[in-house]
Amino acid sequence: MEAVAEETGYVPNFSEFEANRAGEPAWLADLRHAAITRFTQLGFPTAKAEDWRSTGVGPIIATPWALARTGQGQPALEAARPPAGVRVARLRDVLAKEPEILRDRLGKIAGFASNAFAALNTAFFEDGLLVEIASGAMVETPLEILFESVGSTEPAVSHPRCLIVAGARSQAAVVERYTGDGSYFQNAVTEILLEEGAVLSHYKLQQEDTAAFHVQTIAVRQDRASHFASHNIALGAALARTDIRVELDGEGGECELYGLYLGAGKQHLDNHTTIDHAMPHCVSRELYKGILDGKARGVFHGKIIVRPGAQKTDAMQTNKNLLLSKEALVNSTPALEILADDVKCKHGSTIGQLDANALFYLRSRGIGEEEARRLLTYAFAADVAERIRVPSVRAAVEGVLGLRLGGSVKEVLP
Amino acid sequence: MKNALLEIRDLHASVAGKEILRGVDLTVNPGEVHAIMGPNGSGKSTLAHVLAGRPGYEVTKGAVLYRGRDLLAMKPEERAREGVFLAFQYPVEIPGVSNVYFLKNALNAIRKHRGLPELDAIDLLQLTKEKARLVQIDEELVKRPVNEGFSGGEKKRNEIFQMAVLEPVLAILDETDSGLDIDALRIVASGVNALRSPERSMIVVTHYQRLLNYIVPDFLHVLVEGQIVRSGGKELALELEEKGYAWLEKEPAAVPALPV
Repeated sequence: MEAVAEETGYVPNFSEFEANRAGEPAWLADLRHAAITRFTQLGFPTAKAEDWRSTGVGPIIATPWALARTGQGQPALEAARPPAGVRVARLRDVLAKEPEILRDRLGKIAGFASNAFAALNTAFFEDGLLVEIASGAMVETPLEILFESVGSTEPAVSHPRCLIVAGARSQAAVVERYTGDGSYFQNAVTEILLEEGAVLSHYKLQQEDTAAFHVQTIAVRQDRASHFASHNIALGAALARTDIRVELDGEGGECELYGLYLGAGKQHLDNHTTIDHAMPHCVSRELYKGILDGKARGVFHGKIIVRPGAQKTDAMQTNKNLLLSKEALVNSTPALEILADDVKCKHGSTIGQLDANALFYLRSRGIGEEEARRLLTYAFAADVAERIRVPSVRAAVEGVLGLRLGGSVKEVLP
Repeated sequence: MKNALLEIRDLHASVAGKEILRGVDLTVNPGEVHAIMGPNGSGKSTLAHVLAGRPGYEVTKGAVLYRGRDLLAMKPEERAREGVFLAFQYPVEIPGVSNVYFLKNALNAIRKHRGLPELDAIDLLQLTKEKARLVQIDEELVKRPVNEGFSGGEKKRNEIFQMAVLEPVLAILDETDSGLDIDALRIVASGVNALRSPERSMIVVTHYQRLLNYIVPDFLHVLVEGQIVRSGGKELALELEEKGYAWLEKEPAAVPALPV
């Protein structure tokens, strides 16, 4: 395994990288060391790894990536002057001026013991954002963070790192938007902590170039009575993999995970989610929908863990997939590990084509076949799309649905 | 003789390789209301779907002329744009698409085809208000997703509502009465009657004579085993109610109905 890492140059790269960051505090140098060591032990995942059975990362391994300057994350214009109660700081500034505030937070939620990409990110991250929402702050404007990978002449990799801390009883929405130009590799990690009673909506809008590779780990920890909603929208990239792991770590916590993946051409879109019910009286709701056209492939893997003692857990998971072509493919795997006895857990998964009866019904009213298909396809995505409350994200999704499906879709929704 | 709106000649049709229609002949003139009755499995619904162009219904023989043109050569949407409307026995639920959007799309596709200007949202609102009153459908239902969570009666009323908005030339009602209680039946029938006009023809497919007390047809045809075995006026319905279908089933198939 070590050979793999060495061949691809990550270890020599790390020595050089490390030498250039000699001023970093010892705890951070130790963390990076532990991460690169773990990465060399793990190597890149192969098809033998349970979590990677459906997604091959050959092209990522084969490319000698240089460290990129862009794609590191910056506040979008609207977030440049954050509203009261919110602090948005570039991670590189925090690392330079006050690294100690990260000491007890960084790497605490997103572990890398079994996640090679998170290990790589931890070893190499240079920038990203720290978002702190003060206790009790009610933030009405969504904070947008833009990760834009542009302008590199050689294949480049970014390892942006974000840490979002939602203070007790605060309310806010954060949008991470990924775009770029060309063939690059985005390897992001976001750690999110919700303190007691915090309410946080997190949007990920993945609109990478269709020649790009995108991997992100989103690791979330929820304290007592907090509410986390995730909207994970995958539209771009040649290969994209998102891991979302939510630990319900205090009683009365609730999480909602929504996902929409729209693949065409030869895109490969993989979403792995884990909801860990570690404490009693927590609720989780999960709805992921995929629409796959051309030779696209979708992967959904949804794990729900109910720990011993996590009684009165209420978990519901649904994954629905619509295949628009004969060559499109999807792998849908629910995985339940229930170790408590007084719980409610439901899951369901479907893969299908457009409903022939509905298609005929629309056509029998004069709506052309193409338009009828568009309408039904959009309608399939509607229950995830209509939950998107941030106008810019909603517009992007509708735009892509409209563009991909043709015509205007704005008025379709009830 | 006036030009027939619809001429069905020796129509044979199969579903999944099984022959259901075995030589149906029927002529419908403008403004006429024809009822088609028959026992379960006689091919009533198949006839309705063949006329609307449902994929999977294969015409193996015969012809259907609509305003002198080959109806069977048209796609379902073309038929609709030319004025054919099928009220479904089992209206389809379409979550995620609002009734209003659906109707606007349908109506404008039809209007465009006829060279009329498209309606905007305000015109449509006006129109749907007026038509909703006509068929006594709750305006709130009009805003909801198409048929989703509607009761059986609401679905049937929504079909007639759509018919009122789209103003077809030939309306085919496929067992619109099935599953309706008497109040719902009256509402649906009065909606249909309000849409009767000298320019609009209807084919009312039903299993029960009951509906014909409310929608009184000009002609009634009895379909048995894929053929029309008897044609007559509305009084035939009473005879059927009295005797059932059995006496017709025993008669040799090809005797009546055909114009000589």
